[in-house]
Amino acid sequence: MKILIPFFAVIALVVIALVGAQASHALFGIWIPYAAVLIFVFGFIFKVLKWGRSPVPFRIPTTAGQMKSFAPWIKQNKLDNPSSSLGVLGRMLLEVLAFRSLFRNTKTQLYPGTKLTYGSEKFLWLGGLAFHWSFLIIFVRHFRFFMQDVPYPIQIVEHLDSFLQIGAPLLYITDVVLLGAVTFLFLRRVMMPQIKYISLPADYFPLLLIFGIGATGVLMRYFAKVPVVSVKELVMGLLTFSPVIPQGISSLFYAHLFLVSTLLAYFPLSKLMHMGGVFLSPTRNMANNNREVRHINPWNYPVHVHTYEEYEDDFREKMKKAGLPVEKE
Amino acid sequence: MATKVTTPKPDQLVTSIDFTPPKTGWMDTPTIIKPGTFCWGAKGKNLATVEFPNARDWNPSDQDWKLPENWQEIFLKGMEDLLGKYRSFKVFMDICVRCGACADKCHFFIGSGDPKNMPVGRAELLRSVYRKYFTASGKMLGKVAGARELTVDVLKELWYYAYQCTECRRCSLYCPYGIDTAEITIMCREMLNLLGLNTDWISGPVANCYMKGNHLGLEPHAIMNSIEGMIDDIETVTGVRVNPSFNRKGAEILFVTPSGDLFADPGTFTCMGYLALFHELGLDYTWSTYASEGGNFGFFTSNEMAKRLNSKIYAEAKRLGVKYIIGGECGHMWRVLHQYMDTWNGPADFLEVPVSPITGTRFDTAKVLKMIHITEFTADLIKHGKLKLDPSRNDDLVVTYHDSCNTSRGMGLLDEPRYVIKSVCNNFYEMPENTIREQTFCCGSGTGLNASENMELRMRGGFPRANAVKHVKEKHGVNMLANICAIDRATLSASMDYWVPGVRVTGVHEMVANALIMKGEKERETNLRGEPLPGKEGN
Repeated sequence: MKILIPFFAVIALVVIALVGAQASHALFGIWIPYAAVLIFVFGFIFKVLKWGRSPVPFRIPTTAGQMKSFAPWIKQNKLDNPSSSLGVLGRMLLEVLAFRSLFRNTKTQLYPGTKLTYGSEKFLWLGGLAFHWSFLIIFVRHFRFFMQDVPYPIQIVEHLDSFLQIGAPLLYITDVVLLGAVTFLFLRRVMMPQIKYISLPADYFPLLLIFGIGATGVLMRYFAKVPVVSVKELVMGLLTFSPVIPQGISSLFYAHLFLVSTLLAYFPLSKLMHMGGVFLSPTRNMANNNREVRHINPWNYPVHVHTYEEYEDDFREKMKKAGLPVEKE
Repeated sequence: MATKVTTPKPDQLVTSIDFTPPKTGWMDTPTIIKPGTFCWGAKGKNLATVEFPNARDWNPSDQDWKLPENWQEIFLKGMEDLLGKYRSFKVFMDICVRCGACADKCHFFIGSGDPKNMPVGRAELLRSVYRKYFTASGKMLGKVAGARELTVDVLKELWYYAYQCTECRRCSLYCPYGIDTAEITIMCREMLNLLGLNTDWISGPVANCYMKGNHLGLEPHAIMNSIEGMIDDIETVTGVRVNPSFNRKGAEILFVTPSGDLFADPGTFTCMGYLALFHELGLDYTWSTYASEGGNFGFFTSNEMAKRLNSKIYAEAKRLGVKYIIGGECGHMWRVLHQYMDTWNGPADFLEVPVSPITGTRFDTAKVLKMIHITEFTADLIKHGKLKLDPSRNDDLVVTYHDSCNTSRGMGLLDEPRYVIKSVCNNFYEMPENTIREQTFCCGSGTGLNASENMELRMRGGFPRANAVKHVKEKHGVNMLANICAIDRATLSASMDYWVPGVRVTGVHEMVANALIMKGEKERETNLRGEPLPGKEGN
């Protein structure tokens, strides 16, 4: 059920787009994309502001290496246990761009007897990295549809992405990598018993949805060959707030656009917000300089304590007998 | 509650570990509170001492937990409150993608195979409640969105697993977003405390510490008696009579260590180590009977309680007029001191930046907190050649070092203790790299889980650590497990006896004092434990 519900949901989305776009190009080509972008932008901002409303009362970095010690002869691990803002920036960049923490991943194995091992396990790191980077590059490549003249950096990206020079139109490596990585992440979720056990429909849905987006994209580029000029006309219309519906765009394009719209609208409501959340994670975005720089808790309040005076009142005679100094005789 | 709980034998325990999850989904798999894997419920009087709500005697194995009528409302109100106070909690409830990187990083999961002990699994227990009451999708879609109602059974499950986490943060190291299960467990325990659902092993020490200054409830004269016994023992071993002071105004330094060091072996030997070292240096320092606890079991109940207990350290430093504070060997004590104390009870502007009176080293990295770790202090002494050491006195020991969770992942104190150890003993071997430093495994009994009725769970949780010790025992003949934590000294002893018989446990400063050549000492025949030194066995 956990897999079937999201699976049929994605199928239903494709069918809705294929059928619906026949009925109203404007709805699927103009109004739904506009709405989706609005939901994405405002939803994203709303969510981040909602997180931001809660303060960070304590400075709680997870320290992952030697701290800055009292003397330089003990060497600090500046990236895994940063003590300065620059170090934190470095740690965050390494986390976001290279998935530093996942790179540490190990696999625990228990052998007959009592032997436990923790071998290196890089597939999740590799799969995650392949997925996110290919997604980003494909997104960047799409800027050729968003701008009148294709900027030079985009051309370079396209050039590099197709350097294998296979087929016509040229095969983009990232297209293959994205679909492969999504498939890997999906299979991993289904085949590893522990991961399957904790997976929710909300874990399968985005994977299937993104597979759908990738698949429709690939179909359009390599097989169904939608008229690129018309598509660009539509997209430029949207971007310049003078939407037009050019003739001759197939339903496949509308299915692609509708799945993308769904992803955008779904994003702020879902775990996909880890994209924003990682930057707000107090165990990763704070410097380990607690004993050096004061951290203020905005809701710190006075508490009821048991004072020394009360303590001495409780034990004065015993303290005197033991020869301990007292405040009041 | 008097029923005797038996712990399975090590080989039975290992064969019972099954990493295959149950056929039924976790929401549909009822949680059974199993003897040997939980601590007795709190006593009402202890909770009442510290003014906790809904104080009453209760027993986790009873069907009826005597919950207040509006328990659900209290719990959810508490959750709303904490979501508003802690960004960590809010973000960690929202952004987990269930990638599973944390799953096999938890010592309780490795030792039990229970999928609810995967950090992600444990967090989902609470996240499902969060979704039901605090998110639109959970309210509308229910189970499809991973949401579930907060029923009495769910509450019991939350309690059971909140006390199967030692807040060691190992999972947060591997999480791509740094989601910290410690943070989630801390919140969950705080909410449970609103309902009086504490354990005896935690609430007793908390009440003791509040009224008497330390977890063990040692009254002022008892603390002195305990230390006087150590003074006699040090004299027997070294011929030197050390002369510490208590509650002395005008001392330069206040020394605070966990009370466990005053009470039971091998912690007492560590304590004798501090006493011998400070005496040898002629350090102008004092003990306090009021602030006689470095550890903080309040941290395992609620943020407020932790702050109330912690307040005594600065208050006493101020009353006595010391310049700064040195803290002893303890794990969670240092998480609390390092990451919380100044924010709670600072600024300590009545204290001065710590400067070693022996070497003149200024500890600028502690310039706000004004408190330094004893291994920092000692490492600096050794580096400057201020200690006369004879490491060969520790030649009967083949040592490995266990990093405490808190000093590793909540501070980063990794090389200071190693430098000290390597200076005072000749045979030192590291455990495998995925089990030390920031990747260290918990002893299995932290955060107040070290009750004897909880032994099966403790041995399960202690399995990964013990297994790494076993590895170096077999490879290098390791026979001594050094650490800088009072809980470790108490609980690793039990875990070693169970899993790796023949390996004993020591604090770092016990080994320092054994190697330390003191002015006016007699020729030593034994170590601080009264055992013959290497080469003196025949005497």
